[in-house]
Amino acid sequence: MNFLKGAFWQPCNITILFSDGRTRKQVPLKKENGQTAMVPLFQSQENIAGEVVIEPVQGKKLDHIGVKIELLGQIELYFDRGNFYDFTSLVRELDVPGELYEKKTYPFEFSSVEMPHESYNGVNIRLRYILKVTISRNFISNIAESQDFVVRNYTPPPSINNSIKMEVGIEDCLHIEFEYSKSKYHLKDVILGKIYFLLVRIKLKNMELEIRRRESTGSGPNTYVETETLAKFELMDGTPVRGESIPIRLFLSPYELTPTYRNINNKFSVKYYLNLVMVDEEDRRYFKQQEITVYRLLES
Amino acid sequence: MIPDGIDDEDKWLAEGIAGVQHHAFYMHRALDANNLREALKYSALMLSELRTSKLSPHKYYELYMRAFDELKRLEMFFKDESRHGVSIVDLYELVQHAGNILPRLYLLCTVGSVYIKSKEAPANDVLKDLVEMCLGVQHPIRGLFLRSYLSQVSRDKLPDIGSEYEGDVDTVIDAVDFVLQNFTEMNKLWVRMQHQGPGRIREKLEKERSELRDLVGKNLHVLSQIEGVDLEMYKETVLPRVLEQVVNCKDELAQYYLMECIIQVFPDEYHLQTLETLLNACPQLQPTVDIKTVLSQLMERLSNYAALNIDVLPEFLQVEAFAKLNGAIGRVIEAQVDMPILGAITLYVSLLTFTLRVHPDRLDYVDLVLGACVKLLSGKPKIEDNRATKQVVALLSAPLEKYNDTVTALTLSNYPRVMEHLHNETNKVMAIVIIESIMKNNTCISTADKVEVLFELIKGLIKDLDGTCADELDEEDFNEEQNSVARLIHMLYNDDPEEMLKMICTVKKQIMSGGPRRLRFTVPPLVFSALRLVRQLQGQDGAIVGEEVPTTPKKIFQLLNQIIEALSSVSFPELALRLYLQCAEAANNCDLELVAYDFFTQAFVLYEEEIADSKAQVTAIHLIIGTLQRLTVFGVENRDTLTHKATGYSAKLLKKPDQCRAVYACSHLFWVDDQDGIKDGERVLLCLKRALRIANAAQQMASVTRGSSGPLTLFVEILNKYLYYFEKDNPQITSAAIQGLVELITAEMQSESTSVTSDPFFSSTLRYIQFQKMKGGVMGEKYASIKV
Repeated sequence: MNFLKGAFWQPCNITILFSDGRTRKQVPLKKENGQTAMVPLFQSQENIAGEVVIEPVQGKKLDHIGVKIELLGQIELYFDRGNFYDFTSLVRELDVPGELYEKKTYPFEFSSVEMPHESYNGVNIRLRYILKVTISRNFISNIAESQDFVVRNYTPPPSINNSIKMEVGIEDCLHIEFEYSKSKYHLKDVILGKIYFLLVRIKLKNMELEIRRRESTGSGPNTYVETETLAKFELMDGTPVRGESIPIRLFLSPYELTPTYRNINNKFSVKYYLNLVMVDEEDRRYFKQQEITVYRLLES
Repeated sequence: MIPDGIDDEDKWLAEGIAGVQHHAFYMHRALDANNLREALKYSALMLSELRTSKLSPHKYYELYMRAFDELKRLEMFFKDESRHGVSIVDLYELVQHAGNILPRLYLLCTVGSVYIKSKEAPANDVLKDLVEMCLGVQHPIRGLFLRSYLSQVSRDKLPDIGSEYEGDVDTVIDAVDFVLQNFTEMNKLWVRMQHQGPGRIREKLEKERSELRDLVGKNLHVLSQIEGVDLEMYKETVLPRVLEQVVNCKDELAQYYLMECIIQVFPDEYHLQTLETLLNACPQLQPTVDIKTVLSQLMERLSNYAALNIDVLPEFLQVEAFAKLNGAIGRVIEAQVDMPILGAITLYVSLLTFTLRVHPDRLDYVDLVLGACVKLLSGKPKIEDNRATKQVVALLSAPLEKYNDTVTALTLSNYPRVMEHLHNETNKVMAIVIIESIMKNNTCISTADKVEVLFELIKGLIKDLDGTCADELDEEDFNEEQNSVARLIHMLYNDDPEEMLKMICTVKKQIMSGGPRRLRFTVPPLVFSALRLVRQLQGQDGAIVGEEVPTTPKKIFQLLNQIIEALSSVSFPELALRLYLQCAEAANNCDLELVAYDFFTQAFVLYEEEIADSKAQVTAIHLIIGTLQRLTVFGVENRDTLTHKATGYSAKLLKKPDQCRAVYACSHLFWVDDQDGIKDGERVLLCLKRALRIANAAQQMASVTRGSSGPLTLFVEILNKYLYYFEKDNPQITSAAIQGLVELITAEMQSESTSVTSDPFFSSTLRYIQFQKMKGGVMGEKYASIKV
């Protein structure tokens, strides 16, 4: 046992500290082990600076052939485990090869880092940003330590934001006209709208508005699509008659939405849909799905 | 959806209540801990129990009330921001996160109410939002209760004039809009209930549905309570919109109920000023709606209003209330083709009641209503429906009651025309009503024309109408009816003899057509009425001079003769005889010897030819004797003839005692106790002697046939006659004769071995003699010679 322990024994402690760590906003991040940790939040073009503290275990000498810190943006596909695609990779050399006897602090800085993609934790995919410190050694394995951080990018309100308006129906059975006030919503937005019944020949029982997230990963024959229903919001109870107009008001804030991601690094997309579902008394479902764009509003 | 049975439903209700209580328990805990998140969660769960479709409205209401009570506690919590730390605006958003619509909206209404109270947003904005959002519940029962909740929590928060929630600009209209919108939606939901469920339980469902009507109606009540709804707004906004909904919902139950509601909740003054709008809606309602009740209520309210506030009458005239109502009724009847005749008539009865109360001076209105009825009834068979008949009777009775004066009714040209449409039976009922009215009010009918009209009205009583079989009539009823007519005849009176005579002639003409059965009742009052006229003329004799006066007693007597003749010819000889005698007496008073003689002749003829029954004969002969005795007009010759006849008939009566009594009665014909009356003592004595002979014969006959001679009553009676004439100083009656008679009776009695005292009549007669003897004076002296 001692032998084994020796083999994996970490000969030093590595700590990564952000220079504005006390003031920077922290957000929860779900880790691989299922636990949630609070990590700092950044956005693109920010300076990421701080220091790395390496403290060898008491009384031991640590030989190395160099110390570096990397800023990595990675896309990880779960069905392709272990396969990372780094879409961003920045390196800073912290130390030249040598020996460490005592605790040593290395400042670092990545300025105006281009981080075009947001952190994302999906069903089949993860996009994450990490700072990774590596102490390279000869013959034996390198010592590495990484620190997650989250990136979120904000966009100003879109200049064009048309409403979604549509008349749909089943001939001689059900005709409705619905309208959502906008096609693009920010994460704390409210969906307003109404459904107007032009013709009702079936006995509806209720009507719901669903928010669905469609995550597609991979490409070509290896495309994986996952659809989740994030919200089921009952809009109507009972059987409407012709001429009724049912209001829609759905607050998005209670739901854990992300912005819409389109073809991130040719690896994945996350899209959102509003699905209007009507259920009749025989539990048959009639629905119409519309894509909406979700964005993270730049608060002015 | 359809409950299998009551038991199941009870079970579901119990489950629902248990669910409410369960979640309410956790909600209370959360409230105590000031934990907003938990409170919202459990209140939503609790309210989810209201999502059930299994309960009938009644049971659902029970469940709703449970939840309602809990929501009050929640509202208290929401009100106190210090307890949950969330601003009301945020709270208003927060509750909308609930996924299920029903709990969401209940919570929203609850928070909304707090929101308005906090005044952080204008009341009208919040209300508008709430009422809009409630559109999401389209299930009738759930929607109705939800909106009822909304109405409940908002009613004290309307931005009404003078309310603390009133905004800067005219917010009353918003308040009204809000209530109207809620009302409209509730009504739509309520109406929609009718289309649910299969036919077999339709009836039950309809009943359940009607239980919910007050939820809808309450909105109208709220509207009526809004200060800002003045006449102008009511006229321009409230009423048109309410009516629009009422008309458009095309549902019988709702239309009826809501019309009723409108009429009940809004002030009379408004109704009066919006009469046209309100009435115009009526013909647009479904043909099965019971408009008659609705309109009747309206008219009743309006007439009460007019009755209580006399100063509003000009307004009634100004808005032409009557004309509008009348027009509306016409249109309604036209629109509702299937309305039974009953309904239509009921409407007119109400209209009539209305006009009688509001415009009592407008007889033309009354006539107009009746005319409309005639139009309605014409071309249709006579009314078969019992209730319809009753309504017509009510229609016709109303003016009578109102005017206390049947004469008024007689001037209504359409009155008899309405009556024509009644069945004979009803016609009679109506006729009796008319007569009773006349009697009750002591109305005097004073012209021949009116008499004519009146008899036209009551012709059901006057003559046999075609189609009535006499056998069907109940004897008693018939008598009753005819008695009424008889009483009526006495009510016809005019001081002017000429007019009076005309009236008599008219009545005569009428009753003569009545057939034999009626004459018995109708002739006597007419005769007496005529005789009264005779007496009246006699009284005025001095005043009226000139031969050309058309009304003379002679003429009247001629008329009477005809009348009575008619009666005598139809087998009521006894009655005719009495009437002849009456007439003879009247003629006597008028000094018309020949006329009197003629009447007497008629009486005797009747006696001879028509009166066969011995009892009747007895009565008749006594009547003749009595009358004749008093007539002074006759000359000696005529009188002799008549008295001779009378005594002759008396003696020819069948039974001896009757003979005897008639004969001694005849004695009075020769002794009239007047100043210058006939005093023929001899013939008196002759009569009495003859009576004694007959009495004797009767006595003997009795002893032969029965072995005993029987009581001596006849003798005692004759004795009394003797005493009478004795006292009247008839020289032919002597004390000796009396003495003899007394002894004769005493002797007879002894032979019958009965004591004198055993016959009370005789003994008191004797006592009388004793008494007179002892009295002394002239009379005492006269009697002194009689020994008893």
